[in-house]
Amino acid sequence: MHLEEFAEGNSFFHRLDPRVKFITIIPYIFVIAFMKGLNGPVLSLIISLVMIAFTGISIKKLLSRLVVVNAFVLLLWIFLPFSYSGTEVFQIGHLKATREGFLQVLSITLKTNAIVIATIAILGTSEVFSLAHALVHLKVPDKLVYLFFFFYRYISVLHEEYIRLKRTMTIRAFKARTSIHTYKTYAYLIGMLIVRSYDRSQRIYKAMLCRGFKGKFPIISHFHLTIADLCFGFLMTLITVLIAIISKNG
Amino acid sequence: MHISEGVLSAPVLVTGAVLSAAGVFIGLKKMDYEKIPEVAVLTSAFFVASLIHVPIGPSSTHLVLNGLLGILLGWMVFPSIIVALSLQALLFQFGGFTSLGVNTFIMAAPALIAYYIFAFPVRKTNHFLCALAGFGAGVTGIGFGALFAAAALIGTGEAFLNIAKVIVVVHLPVMLIEGIITSFCVIFLKKVKPEILEVNR
Repeated sequence: MHLEEFAEGNSFFHRLDPRVKFITIIPYIFVIAFMKGLNGPVLSLIISLVMIAFTGISIKKLLSRLVVVNAFVLLLWIFLPFSYSGTEVFQIGHLKATREGFLQVLSITLKTNAIVIATIAILGTSEVFSLAHALVHLKVPDKLVYLFFFFYRYISVLHEEYIRLKRTMTIRAFKARTSIHTYKTYAYLIGMLIVRSYDRSQRIYKAMLCRGFKGKFPIISHFHLTIADLCFGFLMTLITVLIAIISKNG
Repeated sequence: MHISEGVLSAPVLVTGAVLSAAGVFIGLKKMDYEKIPEVAVLTSAFFVASLIHVPIGPSSTHLVLNGLLGILLGWMVFPSIIVALSLQALLFQFGGFTSLGVNTFIMAAPALIAYYIFAFPVRKTNHFLCALAGFGAGVTGIGFGALFAAAALIGTGEAFLNIAKVIVVVHLPVMLIEGIITSFCVIFLKKVKPEILEVNR
């Protein structure tokens, strides 16, 4: 399973300190999420697009990702324009599409994409494990970080187990249909997956004990803040405050 | 059932975040260090299981199985789900970080409800009762999830009422399928590895 699509590269964003990334992106995306109107969302989408341009991520990959994200937004485009009262734009039967409705859904679309693009540009450009490492420094409860670490580590292993089980089903000429037999087969497949994951977790814990696990992971490599990190942090904070003020006044 | 970013209003986002934070806090308290690998690898298994698409008429649905996860993990379902959703937000931008709290609550709270209602009957020796409880857990997980998602949308604005209704209706067949699969799954675990169900949470 190839999961970290955007983490490969050597742009400015790929080299940023993950700690700085978290500290700057959290306020930025929340300011966007809390915005109303159009000025703020348009501005933040432009800023996010500028950031993604710096990462050198291929537009094709980015678009394919955005299509998936916008599936939910599409649902909103079908319903929301008809759900607000105000100036009528057009009418289908009893349903009135209003200007207010369109503005609302447009605002949501801009916000969604601004947040998603910023997330890809800033967090997507780091490896998952280095992000987890950064979370330890940012005082996230260590149990949660360890949980995340093991969870991510064993996805690919369990996915292989899944592929293997699925192959045995194919060999036995299994065809998925809308039938109790299909559901039962899938249920047993999942049951087997759970049993294997349970057994494996027991072995992992024993292996950890063998290596002297006492509730703490020693960290060998450490992050070093560079001037670039500090500049980026300062710039992002400035931008976040600015878009917050603009969306409030606009 | 993931609500994407930029949709919900600030009060809904904050409420979801606070409730989920409380759930995660309690879940972490109940999870000893020696439990971490078990919860983590089980979460990986459910993550992989969520990639499975089962046919339903001409369409298909992907599995969620939060009811089953709830029965197996109890309160630890909160840390388990927040970790899985964080990864999805990170890698696929599905859901997202601003709506992470709300989405975690939408999936984990029903799982916890399923745990409190059905975890006890599932452990009964009677297979029929066990299957019934499994079915109930699957239905509860999806049913309450859809209701909470609808509540989050309606809480954002009256305008979302129609979408909220559609979400609940769309999840009705999914509820049934999840019920059936969870039911068979529980029976399977009971026959093959009962100690997974026996462990006291």
